[in-house]
Amino acid sequence: MKRAPLHGIMAEFDNPTALVVAIHKARAAGYRVMDAYSPFPIEEVSEALHIHDRLLPILVFFGGLAGCVGGMALATWTSVIDYPINVGGRPLFSWPSFLPITFECTVLLAALTTVLGLLALNGLPMPYHPVFNVPQFALATREKFFLCIEATDPQFDLVETRRFLENIEALSVAEVAD
Amino acid sequence: MSAPFIEPGHTFESVTDKIGAIVLEKKTPRSWLVGFTISFAMLMLLFVALGNLLARGIGIWGINVPVAWGFDIINFVWWIGIGHAGTLISAILLLLRQQWRTSINRFAEAMTLFAVACAGLYPIAHLGRPWLAYWLFPYPNTMAMWPNFRSPLVWDVFAVSTYATVSFLFWFVGLIPDLATLRDRSESRVGRAVYGMLAMGWRGSALHWHRYETAYLLLAGLSTPLVVSVHTIVSFDFAVSLVPGWHATIFPPYFVAGAIYAGFAMVLTLAIPLRWYYDLEDFITMRHLDNMARVMLATGLVVAYGYMMETFIAWYSASSVEQFMITNRFFGPYNKLYWALIFCNVVAPQLLWFRRLRLNLAWLFAISIVVSIGMWLERYIIIVVSLHRDFLPSSWGMYHGTIWDWATFIGTMGLFMSLLFLFIRFLPMISIFEMRTMVPDAKVDEEAPGAPKAFI
Repeated sequence: MKRAPLHGIMAEFDNPTALVVAIHKARAAGYRVMDAYSPFPIEEVSEALHIHDRLLPILVFFGGLAGCVGGMALATWTSVIDYPINVGGRPLFSWPSFLPITFECTVLLAALTTVLGLLALNGLPMPYHPVFNVPQFALATREKFFLCIEATDPQFDLVETRRFLENIEALSVAEVAD
Repeated sequence: MSAPFIEPGHTFESVTDKIGAIVLEKKTPRSWLVGFTISFAMLMLLFVALGNLLARGIGIWGINVPVAWGFDIINFVWWIGIGHAGTLISAILLLLRQQWRTSINRFAEAMTLFAVACAGLYPIAHLGRPWLAYWLFPYPNTMAMWPNFRSPLVWDVFAVSTYATVSFLFWFVGLIPDLATLRDRSESRVGRAVYGMLAMGWRGSALHWHRYETAYLLLAGLSTPLVVSVHTIVSFDFAVSLVPGWHATIFPPYFVAGAIYAGFAMVLTLAIPLRWYYDLEDFITMRHLDNMARVMLATGLVVAYGYMMETFIAWYSASSVEQFMITNRFFGPYNKLYWALIFCNVVAPQLLWFRRLRLNLAWLFAISIVVSIGMWLERYIIIVVSLHRDFLPSSWGMYHGTIWDWATFIGTMGLFMSLLFLFIRFLPMISIFEMRTMVPDAKVDEEAPGAPKAFI
């Protein structure tokens, strides 16, 4: 019988400290392709996994810049070029009165970029993901912490990796069907 | 000092289950039904009032020359001000690393959203032909016209719609991990399907959390100047005009402080019954209420300073119309409302200097209601009393809200409360994942055997 393809092997932990310790041990053992799952953000976990993702703030900067330039351009083009109104000879390019619009457009586009960028980078919405095949994983949004060493890791070996995870005091170890 | 922000003995499970149970329990509490029925009846009144408005026009309201802005703008400013505390709690207190915000930010943000929804109705209803509200936005049209970008009223359209959008985004992003929790905890098929779709496949991956935290901080950083700008622009609606009583440079800071003042009063008005009814004293502790009372006192003093400066500047300006405006406030036909305002917003909150009263739920609740009334009176004084007697005595007049003004006002309260009741029943009113971080176990023990330190 052909075995179902595997996403990886997942270990379950009781508290954040155990998870961080496990990540350090796994990296020391040479594993690199892994992901941790927790019910709340833990700074030490990102550090242990060497996550350096700086793309989102850069996207947001350009989103804000587009809003800023766009807002000012909209107000200027409509009030100076397309529909100029002469009010007692006052200057048409009255830029200080365009600042509130510019500011609001900056914030609006920056905020939209933040949220859409967050979802896009994280690949959400995602209707299916293999980790949900593990029954205990439902507790990842409540009280339990998980470490999954993925099958694409060069050092991944069904027997060896499983044994490794069992030896680092995990509550349970499960194979994650793809 | 230092009462805790979460009572001892809580674990990740207990926090999750206690907050989740309010949403997930099958039986709807009877008192929820009673409360929702009353709110929904008030919401129906709003529909009647707006239906009548559409059929007969804004002549059914009390507004006319010289007072063309009445209840509609009073209530617009009142509601939007209430919303500001939600953003303050969720964004500014996050940036200032005030951990106590954690158990109140979710429902304060929901309050913001619903208050902005109520506020947004008024200027649209006031348009006269509300079905043409889209004319306010710049879009290429057959009339070949554009909105006047030099007008504070157009700034207001941009500010309020941006504020509504960003508040919704902030609130929804905060909800995603909790929606995932509800998806995994719900026992009903419908619950799993609906919460599952809304959670969008959130799985708590470390990389996702990392970006999530960045996004949350970015949104907080964007909301902070936004919330200040919104009420500043609302105050420009008045300050940019020439009407005595409106044309004042103190307006922006004084409006922003007033908004936070009114908002914290509303958060207290909601938090005190909620924590009692849903048994959430462990999460919304006396220390939270005490802190909110202090913020209310501080912003109340700024507002009092605003009243003082208005009076001082009127005298100092040596402008007879400005001076008349203040005399008219003190001794004119609406003077009872003015002195009621001074009592509600300046005198009553001084009781909050006393720690005993800040820790007394009945007093705190009563003071927060008094402040809400006071802030409504403030807008009444600013709008009606300034307009009814301006430069030309020949065009003076009196203003009184009609039954339809009151019906609309009570109706928006119904809208606000109905949305709030639905929110409490279907979404977690306290951020579950942020409460988990408050549990002592959430800290990674650097000294544990085989601990991270050995590897770094």
